[in-house]
Amino acid sequence: MESAPGGRLVSKVLSWRAAAAIAWSVLLLPLSTFSFIFLSRISLLHPVQWATDSLQEMYNSYTAFSLLVLAGIVVTIGTFNTEFYTVEPSIPCSRIALLGSVFHPQRLLHSVVHAALGVLTAWCTTVLVGGRYHLMSAPSSQDSVGVEGLYLNEFHVFLLVGGAFFGYSYSLRYFINNMNYLSFPAIQQFKYLRFKASLWLVVKYSAVQSFYFLRNYCLLYYFLGYVPRAWISASMSLQKDSSVPALDTLSGLLDPPLLYVAWLSGTFLLLTWYLTWLLFKIFITEVYQFPVQLPFGEDADRCLPRVLTSKVSPLVKCLALQDLALLSQYSPCRRQEVFSLSQPGGHPHHWTAISSECLALLRDLTHTLTAYQEVAAGNGRVKAVPLTAEKRALGSSAEALGYNEAASYQPALRTSHLSHTPRSSPLFKSSNSSVRSLLSFPFTPDLSSPFVSPMAPQQGEALDMASPCYGSLQSPHVMRRGPKLWTSASRASGCIPTAEDYLVPVSCPTPETVRPSGLSHWLLHRQEQVKVFLSRRVPVVYLFHKLPEASSQAVFANSQIHIWALEGLSHLTAASFTEDRYGVVQTTLASILSVLLSLQEAVDKHFKLPHACSRPARASGSLADSSYRTLRFALRSALKTSIYRITSTFGEHLGAVQVSGEHRKRLQQFLTYKV
Amino acid sequence: MCSLDLFPPPLCEGHITLYELNNELVSGLQNDEEVYNFQAQTLGFPSVLIRKESLKPHCRLEHSAKAAFIHHREPVWKRSANACRCVELTPILFLILVPKWLKALSCCTLAVARWARAFHGSLSPHLKVRISADASRTGCSLRAFAWHPHTDKFAVALLDDSIRVYNSQSETVPTLKHRLQKNVAALAWKPLCASVLAVGCQSCILVWQVDPTSLSTRPSSGCAHVLSHPGHCPVTSLAWCPKGGLLLSASPVDTSMLIWDVATEICVPLQRVGGGGVTYLAWSPDGNRVLATTPSSVFRVWETRTWTCERWPTLNGQCQTGCWSPDGTHLLFTVEGESVIYLLTFLDTGELLGKVGGSKTALICADLSKTTFEIEQAEIRVGGEVQSMVWDPSGERLAVILRGDPTNVESKTLVAVFKTNVSPVFELLPCGFIQGEIDAEPQFLSFHPNFKKGALLTVGWSTGRISNIPFYFVSAQMSRPSPGRSPPRDSLLSNTSVICFQPIQGSAPVVSRVINILHKLPLQIHFSVFFFSKTSFSGLSI
Repeated sequence: MESAPGGRLVSKVLSWRAAAAIAWSVLLLPLSTFSFIFLSRISLLHPVQWATDSLQEMYNSYTAFSLLVLAGIVVTIGTFNTEFYTVEPSIPCSRIALLGSVFHPQRLLHSVVHAALGVLTAWCTTVLVGGRYHLMSAPSSQDSVGVEGLYLNEFHVFLLVGGAFFGYSYSLRYFINNMNYLSFPAIQQFKYLRFKASLWLVVKYSAVQSFYFLRNYCLLYYFLGYVPRAWISASMSLQKDSSVPALDTLSGLLDPPLLYVAWLSGTFLLLTWYLTWLLFKIFITEVYQFPVQLPFGEDADRCLPRVLTSKVSPLVKCLALQDLALLSQYSPCRRQEVFSLSQPGGHPHHWTAISSECLALLRDLTHTLTAYQEVAAGNGRVKAVPLTAEKRALGSSAEALGYNEAASYQPALRTSHLSHTPRSSPLFKSSNSSVRSLLSFPFTPDLSSPFVSPMAPQQGEALDMASPCYGSLQSPHVMRRGPKLWTSASRASGCIPTAEDYLVPVSCPTPETVRPSGLSHWLLHRQEQVKVFLSRRVPVVYLFHKLPEASSQAVFANSQIHIWALEGLSHLTAASFTEDRYGVVQTTLASILSVLLSLQEAVDKHFKLPHACSRPARASGSLADSSYRTLRFALRSALKTSIYRITSTFGEHLGAVQVSGEHRKRLQQFLTYKV
Repeated sequence: MCSLDLFPPPLCEGHITLYELNNELVSGLQNDEEVYNFQAQTLGFPSVLIRKESLKPHCRLEHSAKAAFIHHREPVWKRSANACRCVELTPILFLILVPKWLKALSCCTLAVARWARAFHGSLSPHLKVRISADASRTGCSLRAFAWHPHTDKFAVALLDDSIRVYNSQSETVPTLKHRLQKNVAALAWKPLCASVLAVGCQSCILVWQVDPTSLSTRPSSGCAHVLSHPGHCPVTSLAWCPKGGLLLSASPVDTSMLIWDVATEICVPLQRVGGGGVTYLAWSPDGNRVLATTPSSVFRVWETRTWTCERWPTLNGQCQTGCWSPDGTHLLFTVEGESVIYLLTFLDTGELLGKVGGSKTALICADLSKTTFEIEQAEIRVGGEVQSMVWDPSGERLAVILRGDPTNVESKTLVAVFKTNVSPVFELLPCGFIQGEIDAEPQFLSFHPNFKKGALLTVGWSTGRISNIPFYFVSAQMSRPSPGRSPPRDSLLSNTSVICFQPIQGSAPVVSRVINILHKLPLQIHFSVFFFSKTSFSGLSI
């Protein structure tokens, strides 16, 4: 995505932050390494020897070398974190989607690299622990003089393969728990305090996780352990020492010191990696203060209104909206800048840019929700409405200014792409109608059309996987299509829905491809037969069965920005009651109220759908943040609070604001606290 | 400094304080019928009297179900035979395989765990503090009280663990009951919301959704969702952010206080070394600072932007209670074992991050040491420790419960009311004592958050009566702040802003012209401000 110069500047800041996070995790490495050495040599009966041993080990040249290797590993992990983060969680709507997301090529690469890094880390831990785990080859344990040469040290192999397993499991968990999703903290704290608060949680979590991973690994090794052993002994031409019991037997595996070392090195691996991840998260989600206006116009692209309205990476957009929410709440002098008029000219460019962007975001959400409800109400039949919303999200917020906004307040900086048609943006209309006309031919006629078959979502899934969703904004239609996947699977022979739905994005760019010919008709017919056949098989149903509630989660997946927009708008509006000297906000008050109230209506309707109201069980003590699962509740309460904030500040004065009759009624309910 | 000597003497027995008018507290006879009708008629609030006898007795006193079973002794073989008859193999295996030593081992572990817990309790004596404080209230049928911040609605928690929500507009009184709702210690309505009530219980926080339009008297427990965090119980203090959204909860047992994002059920623990748990929370009305007291002689004032704190090691005893002035610049607090009120002032830190801005020393602003009054040849001793303290939302009245000495007959627990003035100089002047029925002791105090004609104090008495005492006065701050928001610093600015809003359909130039006029005529404006502040303000037209 092409980014504005201001966005690029912020991106530079972000890369510096990522670098600082990696640097800190490298600096923390010696500490965790030394504690690992200390714990690995535990001997309660000889404390003095224990202490001196570990101290000696710390000055070892091996230790220095493995520290170097570990630093390299941490840097790599940090780089992967920077490449794979997202601000919008991916919520699989069925089990097949989950599988698909795990075996996506890019994620597969992530997993493989992490497995390799796991082997490296495990090698470092074997070096640090020393003793019988140190080397791949060891002399025979039998003291008989006649036996010469070196044998394969299976403990070493066990730990190395264990490292690979731990690395792979880490990578799997990373994606399944959406740990690449950056959730922004509810309260602002200093970085050090945030780190301190989560440190203990990280230690506990990695110890527990390591325990579970080790259990799984032991099971795996018990059954399949001979494979890596045979392979390594063949490739390195080392013989198995017959005097030592093999580790894939019960007696060999139940070796407490070995299990302890394996668990400890697993904990060490997870701890260093999770710490890197934690530091990255803390650094990158820190508040970035955008200037509202600069005294000289040289860096105008860096200003908050400009960043909000231009195409920037989603993370920068998040940071800008977060900063907006904070400034509207805490910072009177920055609010003053927002309400100020331009010199010369006297236009409230800042306020117009900010408010129109926020309103556009909220309107999008309203459209998405109404479209979703239509799908739900019409048994999965979808109209082309979401597409417009998607275009909006991709484009800038240019067109959607308020309903009755004074022409004099239109911002100069955007006049280039401002169309002067008063309402219902041209983009909206044109795309809408064109898509309609495109779709009307192949899809609407009969419900038994070949396109409408239960297998269809699989193709949708394939599309899903192909879409680049790393580091950049996932194209919104992917997210929006998610929920509608397989709506019919539960209805036994699955019929009508979803087909148009997933085909919309495909058919848009190249409409010719979807014109059905006789051959394709036949093919599709056969295909449908196969699908109907498959859809009655249990494993297929299991895989494709739509997870309840997931669709509702997916609709609100990126609602954090909407929450910030709501907070920012409502705080600014409430503050304008006393602080807005030029009456800048008054001009948009009507459109703010109407947007908020229609969103409120849409959200209320959404919560009447099945599964929307059920709360997922809260996992306490887990490192993975599952806040995205409950974002819809946060949005609902933020919306209500925002409307109340405005109504309680303005009170009866709102009677003078022009809103529609329906909204007036709703407003009255808010004024009397009946909602 | 204000002391109790300056107060008018308390009323004699049998008189009840009714209201304040023209700077005087007016009383009535207790047995007078009109006295009881006064509240319902003049104020329009439901009068509440909940006698302890009317509540259902505690049905959960017996915690274990042991009594319901008869002890029965049988040898192992007989039990195995019985199990065999039932053709179930697993019980037999279980009976045979569980050896004696395992039983003994688990008993030992249990004993060790209990011993460790007892040891923990002896190391940190503060754990017992709250429990004793609660025990003093068991004689009363009322446990906690909370006014809704925006409407004439209040919630009362009762001794039988139910909560009733009274509304001046409707007759229905919803009663909230929940399986986990035990030993309710705190209630708090969410600001900028009509229906959300947070309840601090023995084991968790319950967040009720009390639909204001519903006619049901028993909302189902599905209307409540549970917030719990390991180690964070019992919850004894709750505070909502006045700007909405965040909820703070504290437990005297847990060293960290939790900030909940209630909608997503995510909590962020805030922990600092020292002090033990957190016993009392008070969020300043402007939302910028939070007072958090601990069971030891330390309290903290947090600022809410980056959540850093200032630590106040008070010298004698723990901080008992505290309250904020409406603009959040003054904090009054009392210390256990001392009969004085301290004042802390806070500076506006502006945009500085991580600064609380508290002054270096706390000043003593009122002396509440024991004073003797003679009424009708009887001596009444008033004064001593402060049990609780509330400040009204306009910043004009301060009500304090003075705990009497239970061993002394002459000493009485009374509510003392002060007149206060925050700007330009902090002042504390005596107003009078508030007295209830005979043998009624005040349990809690609360000011109505938006009473238009002055201030309205709600007192819960040990007899189970909740009485409302209005204080009629004209507020010195002319424009009343809208609830939940900080009042404007100077009234001039708020005036102009009111004007700003008037021509809402008009164009901006008109507004700026008005402002220009105002700027040119400072003298008249001051005059007009003064003038309007002395009369009832309805609208400003120039």
